[in-house]
Amino acid sequence: MAELNAGVHAGFRRRRIISLAVPGVVLAYLIYIAVAFDLAGLATRARWDNGALLLQDFWSYKTHVTRQNRADDPEVVTAIEGMRNATYAPGQQPDWITAAPDGRVTVELQRDNSVTIAADGAVTLDAQGEVFHITPTATGIETDITDPPDWINLSDKRLTATLPAGARLTVTRSRTEVFRRSPGWELFFFDLSSPFHGKSLPQLIGLAFSSDRLEQGRPNIAAMAHDFWTNSVWHHGDVAWAMFETLLMAFLGTFGAGLISLPLAFMAASNFAPSRVVRQVFRRIFDFLRGVDALIWTIVLARAFGPGPLTGSLAILMTDTGSFGKLFSEALENVDEKPVEGLRSTGAAALPRIRWGVMPQIAPVILSQLLYYFESNTRSATIIGAITGGGIGLLLVQAIQTQKDWEHVTYYILLVVLLVIAMDWVSGKIRARLIRG
Amino acid sequence: MTDTIQISAEYRAAAGRKRLYSGLLWAVFALLMISGFGLANDRNAGGFWAGLPQILDFPAELVAEAAAKAANLPGLMLNAVPALIETINIAAVATLIGVIGGGIMALISTPGLAPWPRLIPVFRRLLDIARAIPELVIALVFIFILGGGPVPATLAIAFHAVGALGKLFSEVAENASPKPVEGLQSVGANWIQRMWFGVIPQVAPNWISYAMLRFEINIRASAILGFVGAGGIGYELRNAISWGQGRYDAAAAIFILLFLTIVFFDQLSSMARERLVRGNSGGRI
Repeated sequence: MAELNAGVHAGFRRRRIISLAVPGVVLAYLIYIAVAFDLAGLATRARWDNGALLLQDFWSYKTHVTRQNRADDPEVVTAIEGMRNATYAPGQQPDWITAAPDGRVTVELQRDNSVTIAADGAVTLDAQGEVFHITPTATGIETDITDPPDWINLSDKRLTATLPAGARLTVTRSRTEVFRRSPGWELFFFDLSSPFHGKSLPQLIGLAFSSDRLEQGRPNIAAMAHDFWTNSVWHHGDVAWAMFETLLMAFLGTFGAGLISLPLAFMAASNFAPSRVVRQVFRRIFDFLRGVDALIWTIVLARAFGPGPLTGSLAILMTDTGSFGKLFSEALENVDEKPVEGLRSTGAAALPRIRWGVMPQIAPVILSQLLYYFESNTRSATIIGAITGGGIGLLLVQAIQTQKDWEHVTYYILLVVLLVIAMDWVSGKIRARLIRG
Repeated sequence: MTDTIQISAEYRAAAGRKRLYSGLLWAVFALLMISGFGLANDRNAGGFWAGLPQILDFPAELVAEAAAKAANLPGLMLNAVPALIETINIAAVATLIGVIGGGIMALISTPGLAPWPRLIPVFRRLLDIARAIPELVIALVFIFILGGGPVPATLAIAFHAVGALGKLFSEVAENASPKPVEGLQSVGANWIQRMWFGVIPQVAPNWISYAMLRFEINIRASAILGFVGAGGIGYELRNAISWGQGRYDAAAAIFILLFLTIVFFDQLSSMARERLVRGNSGGRI
């Protein structure tokens, strides 16, 4: 009795030590990580202004109103995000820009602020209840600002005024530039060269069924679809192709790997392999294929096949042949022998025994694994596409690396997330049906 | 007698129909595969048949150069070890955050255990979204804000791990016996105590096995993210490859190190899972 008592107490003591030690070890590890990852230095290196810019760009866009002060014939140009292919033609400008007959251009900003650029380049800033005059000269800028408020950054060469609602005025001797932020993703449907730009939804619906054609030679609805598809800012056609390429990589990689690994899995299953040596060889092959990893396969295959979706498909196919080989051979080892014996007793050969005795048992496992991997490979294909240069992953990396078009980045992220959620949903539905039978 | 003939005829008709349908399904599948590979081949920079003979060129070059400078390899591998440790640390911290975050998310989104049952669909959708966003996207956004290094990669992988583990953990917790929870409730335990003493001991073996699997996946992910600029062995690998011919021994050293690491953790996780799932839980999978 005393012995039992002591044993129980020892057990409790051991449990108490473990339950205290595990959080202690985790905490010690996290402290080590905080030092190793230099978390203290991170706080100083982080660019929170980049984060603010990103969040702003997610839901809004800038319009640049620019005057090249040293050009031969300086004129005020309005362009969305400063893009050449999104430059407003004279007379087409948004209603918050007004041009006076004497060449003066007034830009109305939010909260009753405004910037006026005269024909000779002199700038009048009317903001926060004060009026300032700035003139670009041959050597720098001249202003009447004696005591600049904290929202103005002033030197002999440059003036930067940060205004509410993301607006900004920059004046240097070579360039005067006004930014104005507006909510939404401008030109998402039609770019400036399309006759459908700037029309409201009811107008567009009316036009779609109207018989007077805005573009010669084809009905309005076809012209709309064409202008949307070839939108020069958002490139909807190319983006759709890229999404399709990503899906294609996942599809070919997953199901190609399934087709190849199924027969090989029999060689690696202990109850089907002709000998122990064969089984070990195939298991090691699967371990190798998995161990090399999609990253290395992508690098090696890209050398032979060049960048593109085929390389991505084959990289997924290689890694997943290893994963499926292992999973399928495990499923085969757990097969019930009785149906196989029954078939053998009727004199069935090896192939019919497998077809009618084994496949019905493992088909649900195989299908549900294939669907699960197909869904997860859609995500992998995005990443592999970024490395090998194909699909939506490439577009995403390019858009992020230019660090300019964050609304495009948001658009791509949204598309990828929707694609993966859709795949998740579809594969979940099919798997649920398979399991129920 | 006529009955059996009729039944037999109907059976044959049904079997024939089924064979026709599955034949059609296979034909569609074969067509999709063939045309898909054709399309992928057309959109690739180099063709499949042109590239096939060259597939071994790069590995052969790598192996030849590594063999010629075999004496360098141990030193080069040693040089890459700090980067490898960083990659493993990224994966480990991400898994740790994933287990803690995923565990909490799983408990509050499992019917029968959740403290606020009405919010279950909300938490489940949150997990879906966390799972759906590829690590690459989060990593690139964080690199833009926080600069390069291991932290963006860790956050990105952890975010995804919370989503993936949360779903799997919740499936395990759904099958946990409610009796210990009810017993604890009857003696007045609060929600945290009920979960900690009533649910966690039941689900721990399966949770740990999923966490091991996730750790292995996270090592792969962390290597790939390094290649895109998030530090660790992937970053070293990209540099080594861009040095090009003449310096392939460095690339070969990293390839070997990465391969051995992945194989090691792959075997470790499958061994540990086998022991945990088959050994401890008394046959319940």
